Amino acid sequence: MIGFLARRILIAIPVLIGVSLVAFFLVRLVPGDTATAMLGLNYSPAEAQVLREKYGLDRSLPVQYAMWIANVARGDLGVSSVGGRSVTTTILRRLPMTLQLAAGALVFALLSGVPLGVISAMRRRRTADYAASFTGLIGISVPGFWLGTILILVFSLHWRWFPSGDFVPLSRGLVENLRHMVLPWLALGLAVAAVIMRMSRSTMLEVIGQDYVRTARAKGMTEPRVIFRHALRNALVPVVTIAGLQLGYLLGGSVVIEAVFSLPGIGKLALDAIAQRDYPLLQGVILFVAVCFVMINLLIDVLYAVLDPRIADGGGTGGR
Amino acid sequence: MSAVVSTSPTSAIRTDPPPRTGRWQTIRRFTRNRLAMLGASVIAAMILCAIAARWLAPFDPVFGVDSSAYLSAPSATHPLGTDRFGRDVLSRIIHGARISLYAAGVSVAIALVVGGTLGLLAGYFRGHTDAILSRAMDVLIAFPDILLALAIMAVLGARLINVILAIGVVYTPIFARVARAAAMQVRAAPYIEAARAVGVRHPRILLRHVLPNIAAPLIVQTTLSFAFAILAEAALSFLGLGVEPDAASWGIMLRDGKDRMEIAWWVAVFPGLAITLAVLAFNTVGDALRDALDPRLRT
Repeated sequence: MIGFLARRILIAIPVLIGVSLVAFFLVRLVPGDTATAMLGLNYSPAEAQVLREKYGLDRSLPVQYAMWIANVARGDLGVSSVGGRSVTTTILRRLPMTLQLAAGALVFALLSGVPLGVISAMRRRRTADYAASFTGLIGISVPGFWLGTILILVFSLHWRWFPSGDFVPLSRGLVENLRHMVLPWLALGLAVAAVIMRMSRSTMLEVIGQDYVRTARAKGMTEPRVIFRHALRNALVPVVTIAGLQLGYLLGGSVVIEAVFSLPGIGKLALDAIAQRDYPLLQGVILFVAVCFVMINLLIDVLYAVLDPRIADGGGTGGR
Repeated sequence: MSAVVSTSPTSAIRTDPPPRTGRWQTIRRFTRNRLAMLGASVIAAMILCAIAARWLAPFDPVFGVDSSAYLSAPSATHPLGTDRFGRDVLSRIIHGARISLYAAGVSVAIALVVGGTLGLLAGYFRGHTDAILSRAMDVLIAFPDILLALAIMAVLGARLINVILAIGVVYTPIFARVARAAAMQVRAAPYIEAARAVGVRHPRILLRHVLPNIAAPLIVQTTLSFAFAILAEAALSFLGLGVEPDAASWGIMLRDGKDRMEIAWWVAVFPGLAITLAVLAFNTVGDALRDALDPRLRT
């Protein structure tokens, strides 16, 4: 197990370095640099030169990267070229909103996906199963941004049950906060719910066919007991993994959902950074999200190995 | 988007050469799946729309402006209504199939060729080749796909060709993983060992022996990726970072319609329906192909 952990962490290090290289060079591909972006219409060669010297932009690329990565390692993601605020502070201020969005969507997905998948497996090849399977297919096919639009149309413009967007922080009251989050949770969570449903169904079917389940039934155990005590516990292990991996999808998907519901999270921050050509900020967001994603994957691999020690001999669970 | 892949195409690999009759059985299994046939007909209809859009669409998608009907509700003349410029929504949806299929087709082809080749080499040669290629793919996969695509679009600018490149880059590692896993299984098979023992060179083994036997999971992944590429193009265009803003793209139409939903729901609802239908069709066909190519996986 310790060998597996060490190996898994060793693999993560070159990936993190690679991620930082992509984030660093992607932004350098844009014509112009931070100095021209910061000066905008007030551009003059002399002032640009001053800024370039201040931020080390006149140095060679490897030196710039080294300076940048040394700062990143200390948690300093640089300074936004619009407004000049700290990128790290800006990201951390927007983070709680995105976390609440992603966590709520994941809870919704688990609470609806797992029971539907189990029911579907229990009623295999019957109407309920076909209905659930088809719903699952629709779930992974509906674009979240369209679903969000439809939810706004029906539940906020037509019936006026929920507000159509904007964010109310928890500090301004739980009820108002929840009312603003329900529709975004649904819009973001449906696709994940569908994935979890399909996964629960297939692992459940696999487990039900195993000998120990047959033995439990043969002993005269009641069906609910067989399902909950024996089958479900084993079927849930891969489901947990899939659910964890979906966190990466949720982080990415939040970009679109935050745009639909005008929620001021990390995704909206990335879009605003693109619209304002604020490349240091965009770079910071991309790096931050990718590093989170790598860490989540690492954590899930470890968790998976703890839950199922056989994995430690085989290999990881992979990314997307 | 791609995170939503719940299916594992790699499991459809054969390590033993399939018997000749297998192909017909596969086709029969596929055609017996009614849902898949329905999906295949939707795809066929989409392709028809894309090819014959000029003749099928009642109005011009960009210049067909009806000045007497801005945002008019569905009617006999405009079955799906008109948008804020008085353009026919149905005509724009029909033309939208073109952009959607074209963007998805080319980007998936890029991902298939580049990712498939890299994965094939990594899985077959193992060792350093595998270590380097796999780490590179791990790096690309570490970025949530929509965010990576957005960042690439931010750097390159909103144009159709850039959308194709961005989606192609994002999905390359997925094909690499599928091809690598499949090639790793195949390379251990006795017929590969036999080919090597009689002195067949690597390029020939790769093309004649390994590639045909890892085709099944790649075909499945290609179909499923079409679904995700259609979604990705629509999402990028919806965010204003996709195709040119005057193009008849489903994502652009949805973006235009969203702000006027209260007075004209049809402008946002129908393009979204088209996206869903297209994605659903590719997903059902992908699922059915996987079941047909490897019946052991059927649930």
